[in-house]
Amino acid sequence: MEIASLTADQVRHGLRARRFSAVELTTEALRFAEVENPRTNAYLHFCPDRALAAARRVDERLAAGEDPGPLAGVPVAVKDVILTNGVRSTCGSRLLEHYVPPYDATAVIRLEEAGGVILGKTNCDEFAMGSSNENSAFGPVRNPAALDRVPGGSSGGSAAAVAQGTAVAALGSDTGGSIRQPASFCGVVGVTPTYGRVSRYGLVAFASSLDHIGPLARNVRDAALLLGVIAGRDPLDSTSAFAPVPDYLAAMEGDVRGLRIGLPREYFKGLASETGDVVIAGVEVLKNLGCEVREISLPHTDYAIACYYIICTAEASSNLARYDGVRYTIRSSGAATLSDMYRRTRGGGFGAECKRRIMLGTYVLSAGYYDAYYLKAQKARTLIARDFSEAFREVDAIVTPVSPFPAFRLGEKVDDPLAMYLSDIYTITGSLAGIPCMSVPCGRTAAGLPVGMQILANHFNEAGMFRLAAAFERAGAS
Amino acid sequence: MKLTEAEVRYVAELANLHLSEEETARFCAELGEILTYMDKLNELDTAAVEPMAQVLYEAGEAATLREDCERPGLGSETALANAPLAGAGHYKVPKVIER
Repeated sequence: MEIASLTADQVRHGLRARRFSAVELTTEALRFAEVENPRTNAYLHFCPDRALAAARRVDERLAAGEDPGPLAGVPVAVKDVILTNGVRSTCGSRLLEHYVPPYDATAVIRLEEAGGVILGKTNCDEFAMGSSNENSAFGPVRNPAALDRVPGGSSGGSAAAVAQGTAVAALGSDTGGSIRQPASFCGVVGVTPTYGRVSRYGLVAFASSLDHIGPLARNVRDAALLLGVIAGRDPLDSTSAFAPVPDYLAAMEGDVRGLRIGLPREYFKGLASETGDVVIAGVEVLKNLGCEVREISLPHTDYAIACYYIICTAEASSNLARYDGVRYTIRSSGAATLSDMYRRTRGGGFGAECKRRIMLGTYVLSAGYYDAYYLKAQKARTLIARDFSEAFREVDAIVTPVSPFPAFRLGEKVDDPLAMYLSDIYTITGSLAGIPCMSVPCGRTAAGLPVGMQILANHFNEAGMFRLAAAFERAGAS
Repeated sequence: MKLTEAEVRYVAELANLHLSEEETARFCAELGEILTYMDKLNELDTAAVEPMAQVLYEAGEAATLREDCERPGLGSETALANAPLAGAGHYKVPKVIER
């Protein structure tokens, strides 16, 4: 058993052939992860008791001749912004360092009901705010592909764990690219489903009109498998969609010949870089598969960053108001009054990026600025979403880069917040439109750094997106 | 554009955020630079555009209201387990009335 390269299929076959039990696999996966983790800091903490209990349930079901579930025995990592009952969930923040949630996220419940085994919780930018994982209060994550570089963010720990082999798959969260960009930087598959496709009950809120939970995995099939398990209506999240969940694995098998693919000219102009070359080479592969590639236009792309960083900071400033020293474990001592306690707890507890976003969001919502910034951004969002709905009349999928550049060096961009925001350009447009998007490994730069290709599809067309990604993955492997 | 220290302090007050002198000075420049970038949106004519408050997609009719039935809550002991300071089944906080 080669633990670092296991797939969900291999786990299922191994269990069925009695080559190992779920408890044996979990024990070995935990041992391996605990030994390897210090190289990257991908996991913040492990939950061996919970993992072994889940593994025992799988073994019991197998012994009783029952179906142990589609994820039976699969070692999974969960981003620390997703709540786990009885297991610390810090959100990468000093403020929640000791927070032990009293309930599970719906995605976590579904994952374990399907036989999945949660090994531990992964590092991330504080409250999922960042593109490099350097905003974690518990230290940055290192990219397994190049240890002096960032893994991307904010789901950097989840992407690094999957790339490093310390988890077979992982849950991440994505608000403006936080699954796709680290997946691209680490060379794994990362999926942001349609807004509402996966329940967010138990996902700590950052920007509620943009937040998603989604899977990361080492191949398209495992990502599709995991999405199928966690997707679907949940009465506990009123924004979760009623749309039926198709069988993604069956849908993946189809041919992609004749599929119409759009390349937005706004994304490819000025992309004279190694990253651009790798993605263009990927597009050639799609052409060879019989896809019909054409140029399209998404004319409001240039306004997406301003639009996104107004909306997400406004929503964040509201959502983060609850960390005030009353309910969540940490309180600044010595305050004489309630308002002083709020201010000191928050001033001392939040890191620099959270404070920056709370300040920006409060500013754009404040009296006299609401119409000029927040309302204006919501209108710009309509135009950006409309660009996509018009494009999907002409094409079945859109292909773009994930990031303008591959993984950068730790510390390289921390001093320029605006430059860091600008690097999110290719991922935030899909987030604003609420459409499914994913990063699939596309190749490497000469220095060996992974580059992802982004595939975007229309609302609830994850199946079509997976079909294209799977065909691309197969073509690359052959 | 640069925000004034007074503006930054006012916003910090609204946000219930204590900032150090150094943070206040840094935010004057940083927030000013970011807000200047945001002004780009003024190039767009949005007079006839509806704001998008949430993601919309084609969907059939769905009963979005669940049945209003009882289900057990967490219970105050569990709910208070993460409180920095609790007593008698409640959260305890410093004095609320200020002069």
